[in-house]
Amino acid sequence: MNKKLLATPHIVWSVAFILIPLGMVLYYGLTDRTGAFTMAHIITIVTEEHAKALLLSIELSLISTIICFLLAYPLAMMLVNMNMSQHSFIVLIFILPMWMNFLLRTLAWQTLLEKTGVINSLLGFFHLPPLEIINTPTAIVLGMVYNFLPFMVLPLYNTLAKIDKNIINAARDLGAGTVQTFFRITLPLSIPGIISGVTMVFIPALTTFVISNLLGGSKILLIGNVIEQEFTQAGNWHLGSGLSIVLMIFIVINIIAEAIFDKQGEETAS
Amino acid sequence: MGQQSAQFLIRSNIVRSRYPRAILLQYTQEESTVNKLIDLQNITKSFDNIVILDDMNLYIRENEFLTLLGPSGCGKTTTLRIIGGFETPDKGRVIFDGTDITATPPNKRQLNTVFQKYALFPHMNIGENIAFGLRIKKKSKSYIQDKIKYALKLVNLEGYETRMPDSLSGGQQQRIAIARAIVNEPKVLLLDEPLGALDLKLRQDMQYELIRLKNELGITFIYVTHDQEEALTMSDTIVVMNQGYIQQIGTPEKIYNEPENAFVADFIGDSNIIDATMVRDELVEILGARFACVDSGFGENRPVDVVIRPEDVELVSPEKGILQGVVSHIIFKGVHYEMEVMAGGFEWLVQSTKMFPVGTQIGIHVDPFNIQIMNKPVSEDEEAIGVNE
Repeated sequence: MNKKLLATPHIVWSVAFILIPLGMVLYYGLTDRTGAFTMAHIITIVTEEHAKALLLSIELSLISTIICFLLAYPLAMMLVNMNMSQHSFIVLIFILPMWMNFLLRTLAWQTLLEKTGVINSLLGFFHLPPLEIINTPTAIVLGMVYNFLPFMVLPLYNTLAKIDKNIINAARDLGAGTVQTFFRITLPLSIPGIISGVTMVFIPALTTFVISNLLGGSKILLIGNVIEQEFTQAGNWHLGSGLSIVLMIFIVINIIAEAIFDKQGEETAS
Repeated sequence: MGQQSAQFLIRSNIVRSRYPRAILLQYTQEESTVNKLIDLQNITKSFDNIVILDDMNLYIRENEFLTLLGPSGCGKTTTLRIIGGFETPDKGRVIFDGTDITATPPNKRQLNTVFQKYALFPHMNIGENIAFGLRIKKKSKSYIQDKIKYALKLVNLEGYETRMPDSLSGGQQQRIAIARAIVNEPKVLLLDEPLGALDLKLRQDMQYELIRLKNELGITFIYVTHDQEEALTMSDTIVVMNQGYIQQIGTPEKIYNEPENAFVADFIGDSNIIDATMVRDELVEILGARFACVDSGFGENRPVDVVIRPEDVELVSPEKGILQGVVSHIIFKGVHYEMEVMAGGFEWLVQSTKMFPVGTQIGIHVDPFNIQIMNKPVSEDEEAIGVNE
């Protein structure tokens, strides 16, 4: 009985800051200004402007997730095979930026990439053509990869570190070369880490509006920006909530798909 | 029971730390030119400047059950890993069947390993685990199926193909690990403390199982253990190691009955290791009493170590004994009683089926052939000079 009481603060917190807001989003999304039920706000996703934003969000998040995966996997493998002293140094380098504010880091990239920014000044000094990255999708992908890479590295590192060295040795012992050992043993055994890494990068990338605001200028609208503008500029909470619901549905579909893939992965690997 | 084992721990620690490093000279294996399947030549290996193996030489004959035995940190597992290809020696060569394989990666060696914690692939079922090596070698489906059936039958786990490793008990997983290794028809099977994680009863069963397997397969087994009983039960040849040095190589009988030095005597079974003086050939003075023995050639009035196994100490009436003492401690061990007898200022460990209560005045008698005489390790400096010669 007493132990159950200990959960009270958490329950109060969850109800106040998760369930009630979620209920409000659902309420606003499914009603119009008079309070009558309507699906109109949800259906607006098929309008060209909204659909474009959603598709671009999905595209950029997918690209970022793939780049993060390709960067993080070799790094995580290196970390696992390192000895302790080198290891904590590299982990520190990775964690260090995370101690700084997310906004500040993204602003720093803006300064670096600007037309007259640090990088272009340097290039100009060497009489090289300037980079025109700022306010392009490339800059947004760069920002996403930079900000979300640690979320891919850490789960991958955790699962890879848990693989018993002797399992790898056993595969080698049974005749598998390094490449075969990787594809038959290491990769299938790290699927749980891949799943959580992908989820932890893809979902925040899909919903971000800060990175696209700062590095994409006002020209490139992701679905996050559209929702943000409905709430803050247009003051249309009903439309903003409706689009949020659509985004949530996409995220839920994504999670379910990953869970199914995870199960299948286990079965085909076995 | 706990007190008892603690006591033995202390006892053996004292004995072990007594040896200066000089006694840890490499034991030289009798030269043999016939059928050396594996030949380790001058192997040296260190980790972080700590020498694990120091100029080790060892050959392994075909169809031999050879056990590397020693306390933890003695270099036995490193030796096995060097043979398996998981470590490269700093110096020295590994010759396998006449070819130098020192730099050959593990997947190109004709030997297979059974790992300490089984190391089954957790994402594959039993059949796939066993088939792993054969699939890599691109064997035909029907060949692989036959092999899986054969291997499961060999380890008495027929019908387990579709089970997952984590649904099996430790003993069963161990058998699968062995099955997975032997389907590849290796010339040598390396086993790294494979029974270490099993309980006593299962361990004993598996020992017989392993002997049976070895006889059925007719291949060479190299077995690593710190358990002297396991080594004595299964091996054709035991290699006793300590601190990177081979202490003695021989049959179980030879190692037990004629230990080369006090370390071996102490490590293999219980023993009384006593300072003594060799009076002349076939006569030794132990704790002030003179015992007849069968060894000779140690010179006259030379300090030596004698080893007397607890079961070789006969307890008789005081007047019949060569040395007199008092029973100070007794424990019932099932088959026998284990007693400690204070005699001549030394606490003798005695095992006997006869029971003598604590406080009994008693005589000690030892048959001449049960007294094993060993050269005493002299001080480190002197020994070092001896080595240089």
